[in-house]
Amino acid sequence: MVFAAAALMLVAATSVQAELLIRITEGADSAIPVSVVPFSESGNMPAGDKLSSIVQADLAMSGEFRPLSPEKMLSLPSKRSDVYFRDWRMLGQRYVLVGELTRNGDRVQARYELFDVNREERILGETAAAPVSNIRSLAHHVSDKVYEAITGVPGAFSTKLAYVTLDRTSGQPRYRLQVSDIDGKRARVRLESKEPILSPAWSPDGKKLAYVSFESGKPAIFIHELNSGQRTKVADFPGLNSAPTWSSDGQSLLMTLSKDGNAEIYQMNLQSRKVTKLTNHWAIDTEAAWDSADDGVFFTSDRSGGPQIYYMAKPGAEPRRITFGSRYNARPRPDSKGDYVYYVHQRDGAFLIARTNLKNDEETVLTRTESDESPSVSPNGRMLIYATKQSGKSVLTVISADGGAAYSLPASEGDVRDPAWGPIVR
Amino acid sequence: MKLSAQTKVIALLFSVGLFAGCSTTGENMDDGGYDSDVAPIDQDQGSTVYGGSDQDGISSSSMTEEERMEVQQQAELEALREITTFYFDFDTSEIKPEARDVLMAHARYLSNNPGQNVRLEGHGDERGSKEYNLAIGERRANAVQRFLVVNGASRGQMETVSYGEEKPAVMGSSESAWAQNRRVELVFE
Repeated sequence: MVFAAAALMLVAATSVQAELLIRITEGADSAIPVSVVPFSESGNMPAGDKLSSIVQADLAMSGEFRPLSPEKMLSLPSKRSDVYFRDWRMLGQRYVLVGELTRNGDRVQARYELFDVNREERILGETAAAPVSNIRSLAHHVSDKVYEAITGVPGAFSTKLAYVTLDRTSGQPRYRLQVSDIDGKRARVRLESKEPILSPAWSPDGKKLAYVSFESGKPAIFIHELNSGQRTKVADFPGLNSAPTWSSDGQSLLMTLSKDGNAEIYQMNLQSRKVTKLTNHWAIDTEAAWDSADDGVFFTSDRSGGPQIYYMAKPGAEPRRITFGSRYNARPRPDSKGDYVYYVHQRDGAFLIARTNLKNDEETVLTRTESDESPSVSPNGRMLIYATKQSGKSVLTVISADGGAAYSLPASEGDVRDPAWGPIVR
Repeated sequence: MKLSAQTKVIALLFSVGLFAGCSTTGENMDDGGYDSDVAPIDQDQGSTVYGGSDQDGISSSSMTEEERMEVQQQAELEALREITTFYFDFDTSEIKPEARDVLMAHARYLSNNPGQNVRLEGHGDERGSKEYNLAIGERRANAVQRFLVVNGASRGQMETVSYGEEKPAVMGSSESAWAQNRRVELVFE
């Protein structure tokens, strides 16, 4: 049964210059029906999206939930004593979230409860508070807790996104490296350049971004500290300096350099800036990423004729080929649990996102769009963001990691590309 | 049969050759076996060129055959060197056969002008992965560089850079746009 999920969902409020818009494209058929009842309010609340609508949008974005539109709710309880489970069962709901927002000076407090409709049981209850200016963060926190209570997996709704926008409207191209909330809100430009910026990569503590910038006329790797805005150029060798990714201790970067004649994978110790060569082959070796245990390295190599995903069990070990099903597989991104590796995959002329199950080598194509690039997995392994083309523009799309559902985040101007999903930061 | 003026000259030259044994070279050709409307038109510098009444096809310059060919060759090379963009098939860095003559012309020019520097800018089309496309663009630029070096240019004259898919020549997502973006551009400095 296909639900016109798009009709039920809210559309983003105002679009501010540096922000992304949110648009739902389709919902998954197997999504869990959940009701996020608008919280009751006491005290002055700031203008803008309501906490409950942010929670509703978060749960929809995961692809695992189908929130009920408030217009369809038969009642609007804010505490257990007002919840009539029969009403919610009639509406086919499996979970109901209710709550109360109270303004205390310059802080807002949310007291909320989550109920399992069929068992008529409370499975989550908490009070959380935040500054009034930070209601969005409070909402994402509630989403994380609700998600974890139902699925057992920590939510990733409080994480950040990094991405690059390209604006060609003023004649000269303008690239902007931006960081936003997971829903595209509160976007802030961190770097603006007339030359390309590529491959943002989050440090494991969420405080820094590594990226490639062409500002000097050729690709160089920078590390950018987000709080201070301080930038350090760490790699500017002759030839390529590209595809940076972090080790989980934050002490080193994997990178692609061609200073020794062709594109190879190197590891750079960030203290000493010394590089160690990890691959040694005349083919192109690039796009390296550590596996979940930080033991082995996944990378792209065209040593067998066209780009394929390879895996070195430890740096410098003989690489083993992972992908076989098509003539083009590139840009591996393993999830943090070691279950899957995600990558760009060509099939019948289209470029899609696929994943391989690392336990049984099974490959599944996840997307139905056509010009897909830059997959980035959420830190809880449940969602994936990637760049694709829609009506000639590059947009970001979030899908659930098994391929159901899609949630598009187009930029108000120009193209958005190169998304990087930030870590869960406690 | 009306012979063209050029043919008359050839006929004349042949007849001169036939009588080479019995007449001195140069001036007096009146006793060759040639057509009566052929007459000397240029007697400067000791060489004589014969023109027919319509004079087409006959050059009145004082160049030798060799010099003329050299000038023509230079013009051809210059024309070839007008082409500074080279295209590639998807996912390869193989130089196409039709590019070879043009690249040879560039190599020769660079070899003869050691002070001339050039930047080789490699690109890929938008499909697939950005970072892999950066590496493919570099491989294409390197392939062109190698060809130029093998044919006379020196490495010190050349610099390579790859832009991957970041600087397309043509916007759009069609086979035609993609084909025009898979390229190496020579930028002379």
